[in-house]
Amino acid sequence: MKQTVLVRLGRFLRPYGLQFLLLLALLLAGNLLSLAAPLLSGRAVNAVGIRAWGVDFPGVFRNCAGMLGCYALSSLLNYTVSFRLLRTAQAVSHDLRKAAFDRMSELPVDYFDTHPSGDLISRVCYDVDTVNATLSTDLLQLGTSVFTVAGSFLMLLLLSPRLTLVFLVTVPLSAALTRFQMKRIHPLFRLRSKELGALNGFAEERMGCRRSIRTYGVEKEDLSLFDERNDAASRAYYDADRASAALGPSVNFVNNISLTFVSVFGALLYLGGGLSLGSLSSFVLYSRKFSGPIREAANLLAELQASAAAAERVLDLLDQEPEAADPAGALPVEHLKGCIRFDHVTFGYDSARPVLRDFTAHIPAGSLAAVVGPTGAGKTTLVSLLLRFYRPQSGTITVDGVPLDAYSRDGLRRRLALVLQDTWLFGGTIAENIAYGAPGASREQIIEAAKAARIHRFISSLPQGYDTVLTDEGVSKGQKQLLAIARCLLTDADVVILDEATSNVDTETEGEISLAMERLRQGRTCFVIAHRLATIRGADRILVLDQGGAAEQGTHSELLAAGGVYAQLYAAQFQS
Amino acid sequence: MRTILGYLRPHAPRVAVGVTVKFTAAVLELLLPLLLAHIIDDCVPARDLPAVWRAGGLMLLMAFGAAFCNITANRMAAWVSMDMTRQLRRDLYQRTLLLSQAQLDRFSVSSIVSRLTNDTYNVHQMFDKIQRGGIRAPMLVLGGLALTFFQAPPLALVQLGVCSATFFSIWLVTRRGIPRYTRAQEAVDTVVRILRENAAGVRVIKALVCQERERERFAAASRASKEAEEAAGCVMAAANPLSDFLLNLGLVLVVLAGALLVDRGRMASGQIVAFLSYFTLIQTATLGLAKLFVKFSKGVASGRRIEEVLLAPEDQQVRAPGEAPGPELGMENVSFSYLGVEKDLDGASFFLNKGETLGILGPTGSGKTTLVSLLLRLYDADSGVVWAGGRDVSALSREDLRGRFGAVFQNEALLNDSVYENISFLRGLSREDVTAAARTAQAWEFIEALPEGLDARLDIRGANLSGGQRQRLLIARALAARPGILILDSADSALDYRTAAALHAAIRRDFPGVTLVVISERAASLRDADRILVLEDGAITAQGTHGELLETCGRYRRMAELQMGGLT
Repeated sequence: MKQTVLVRLGRFLRPYGLQFLLLLALLLAGNLLSLAAPLLSGRAVNAVGIRAWGVDFPGVFRNCAGMLGCYALSSLLNYTVSFRLLRTAQAVSHDLRKAAFDRMSELPVDYFDTHPSGDLISRVCYDVDTVNATLSTDLLQLGTSVFTVAGSFLMLLLLSPRLTLVFLVTVPLSAALTRFQMKRIHPLFRLRSKELGALNGFAEERMGCRRSIRTYGVEKEDLSLFDERNDAASRAYYDADRASAALGPSVNFVNNISLTFVSVFGALLYLGGGLSLGSLSSFVLYSRKFSGPIREAANLLAELQASAAAAERVLDLLDQEPEAADPAGALPVEHLKGCIRFDHVTFGYDSARPVLRDFTAHIPAGSLAAVVGPTGAGKTTLVSLLLRFYRPQSGTITVDGVPLDAYSRDGLRRRLALVLQDTWLFGGTIAENIAYGAPGASREQIIEAAKAARIHRFISSLPQGYDTVLTDEGVSKGQKQLLAIARCLLTDADVVILDEATSNVDTETEGEISLAMERLRQGRTCFVIAHRLATIRGADRILVLDQGGAAEQGTHSELLAAGGVYAQLYAAQFQS
Repeated sequence: MRTILGYLRPHAPRVAVGVTVKFTAAVLELLLPLLLAHIIDDCVPARDLPAVWRAGGLMLLMAFGAAFCNITANRMAAWVSMDMTRQLRRDLYQRTLLLSQAQLDRFSVSSIVSRLTNDTYNVHQMFDKIQRGGIRAPMLVLGGLALTFFQAPPLALVQLGVCSATFFSIWLVTRRGIPRYTRAQEAVDTVVRILRENAAGVRVIKALVCQERERERFAAASRASKEAEEAAGCVMAAANPLSDFLLNLGLVLVVLAGALLVDRGRMASGQIVAFLSYFTLIQTATLGLAKLFVKFSKGVASGRRIEEVLLAPEDQQVRAPGEAPGPELGMENVSFSYLGVEKDLDGASFFLNKGETLGILGPTGSGKTTLVSLLLRLYDADSGVVWAGGRDVSALSREDLRGRFGAVFQNEALLNDSVYENISFLRGLSREDVTAAARTAQAWEFIEALPEGLDARLDIRGANLSGGQRQRLLIARALAARPGILILDSADSALDYRTAAALHAAIRRDFPGVTLVVISERAASLRDADRILVLEDGAITAQGTHGELLETCGRYRRMAELQMGGLT
């Protein structure tokens, strides 16, 4: 299991392979230097000699200077290695985060409808961070340990091959013990990452309905729900920790046992005449050198497990199926005339419950089409289909006589400008938000768009004007809609889609905006979803949606005369 | 950090036991080599086989003991840090729930989310690592130091000086590292913010084909986070080599001092050798310390960020109630500003009797939602008195406010839960009440059509419903507990006129005594209100009934004419 994670993680490590190797070499050099130092200190002590007044001071100084040099150099090397390693690990983390985000931005919209953003945050922040910790510090420690152990082992083999046989028993024993435990522990670490993600998902969601929580005074109830998840996440965290608590000590235990065996068998060998006393004591000394590094390395095992589980979660995100790529030969879209045709389209988010049933409609190029109908009739769904967020289950949609699927998806979307029911702004400045769909726009163009969207006066009243950074509060929904309209006005799209774009804007402002829209509409096809009938009265064609089908089509006066659904909706405006 | 450390107090006995167990394990592990030496140095030359077996058996026993103690201590440490973090996270969440809206605006939601998740994790790591790794190393250093004192006091003095210098330099490094980690955590806030924005705005981003720009924006934030971490890391990475070097410097000094002493005949050179071997012990102990320092500084930086929220003052005091009862709902010369720059509400005054309906109309950004937020005491007015339920709201605590209001907010999110839970909203209302509220809110028809009805599960933010359906669920939520005062802030913006009309009729029918506040852009929704306020730039420019305003207020008349086609 761990291996597959390592292999899957490989493509993020490979670009830094050379760096890792270089750092490993430096690490080796540093370790050799610190091994050389004891040699020098030995010589220094020899130079001290054993007689009073007989100290060879030049020799002592020479060797001490050598020691100092070795230590300074090894410290410097150590600093370089650990800092470089940290930078490399950060670079890998950055790549991982970026790859995760890049994949996120390619995922179909419904992924975000079913996966809490708190969990995504958890993957991109916590899980990547866990991997990072392993790369930046654990590797260093592991590297040092491996060198020391390997070096000492080599010495042992030279000293007494027969006594080394002890390790033939204990090394596989600890490997088996570790493997056995790891297998059991891995799912626990996976659960830990998952539960933490769920807790974050919960907390993130609750931040979005704080005002309700406060108004209805359900803080206590909400807290107890948080408690449940917090307890579960803490429990999962502890369970993984508890299970892995034995990992380090058990490896250590085997190491201590082998030390015991070595000394006992060594003693037996010596007594049997197979080993000199000097060799035995050297052998034991080198075996002791094992213990420190092995202990440090064994204590890392649990963290490696946590990292593997975390890496898995990040990699799983990377493995999510993105929106289908454009097929070869997809039409690049330079310009659309804007003739839209829905032909017997059936679609449901849940295919068992279609929202649109056999919907057919035609919107000629350059016309103003209005879509009206009761809530839940499928108006926004039409827009989602047009933007290719979803594919109809049957039927076709064509623009300028070409099926939607034949266009390049982004090219198509670029030719459509829209203001959605759910306004969305990001935490940048107002100017950046308005210029969002048109990055090259000049400040003059931005101001002009804001003026046309009737939001310029408000922006000017702010202390920082267009450079005001938007925050969670402080801008009303109506103002957000106006900013979204300004954003839409700046794009040079061929088809304009307004999905209840002015539902929270006052009538007077709306009237003024529709004048600006009038200009925008020149030579463009306009697709407007609205409830306020003043907005749609002037449409060339009104589609009345009811129960997922086109109930009626026609102009305002035709539909009033027909006395159907539209006439009823229209009349409702004047009833009290 | 004092508050965070306070979480350790209830666990003090457990920590003490854990530390003792860990200590025992360390002692056992230190004794093992002594036994080993005993076998090699004493038993083997004496050819005493039974002694070899005895010592070997003892070693085995001690190995068992060490493993057992280590496992137990690790588990205890894991339990303590888990339980402390659990409690800390709970308190942080609780405090977050009780933060005033103004405080939340200041912290920003993304930063709160980041503190709840990443920062608590860092603190957890700190607690855990210190308990596990923070015993052995200092113990070995101190023990080694003590042993050297017995060996050769003058040399140990050199040693002591060097150790002090080492601890001082570590302190310096850590002190510099903490503010850098604070900045690194702030960089994480930005990463969190962009992630949240992208999850919420996926449709707009895709429609505007701005994925590439978002990727750049995220890459910039991620890079900033990386650079902040590097800046912290370049300081923290110095801790280990620096202390290593200082300790080694001590070694050199010890040899030099030893040489002098031997030269004067005040010491045997064998003592230097023994001294050096203890010294190596100290050095191996510092092997894993670097990571400990990093976790520690990170934990302290995060701990302070958590403390900032925990220690945020209660900024909405509950004042002593005045004697005179006021109107059911109203304002008396109320002014308010979000940022303290421009007045978002300026001298607002109005009164409303129980059971009456108030309509609020005004251009976008004129202060309608602000006015309602003050009625709900989401914010406190800068000046003037706000009345709700006959009392000054500044004298009402959260408990007093509880259950008084039902409110539909703009931009409020639905839960990724059942329809029932979205309406009942943690209040444990009966299914009958929920159904009745859904009926009044004109939501029952579509709920009934769902395969699982009330138990149907909503996607995140209610994404599997239409805008109008989501709005009606929020209305049902506001109605479900039969509040005395009902506030509908643009609650009909996504509803068609027929549904909106049916909704208003149903509220009037099913909630005859309710005091109603309606913000709407629609003349039809306001027409029957007992009093209509016209807001402009934060000031109430006109108020009266539909008929009165038609005569006196130009803005109102224009709106009515625009919407109703002169049909008045």
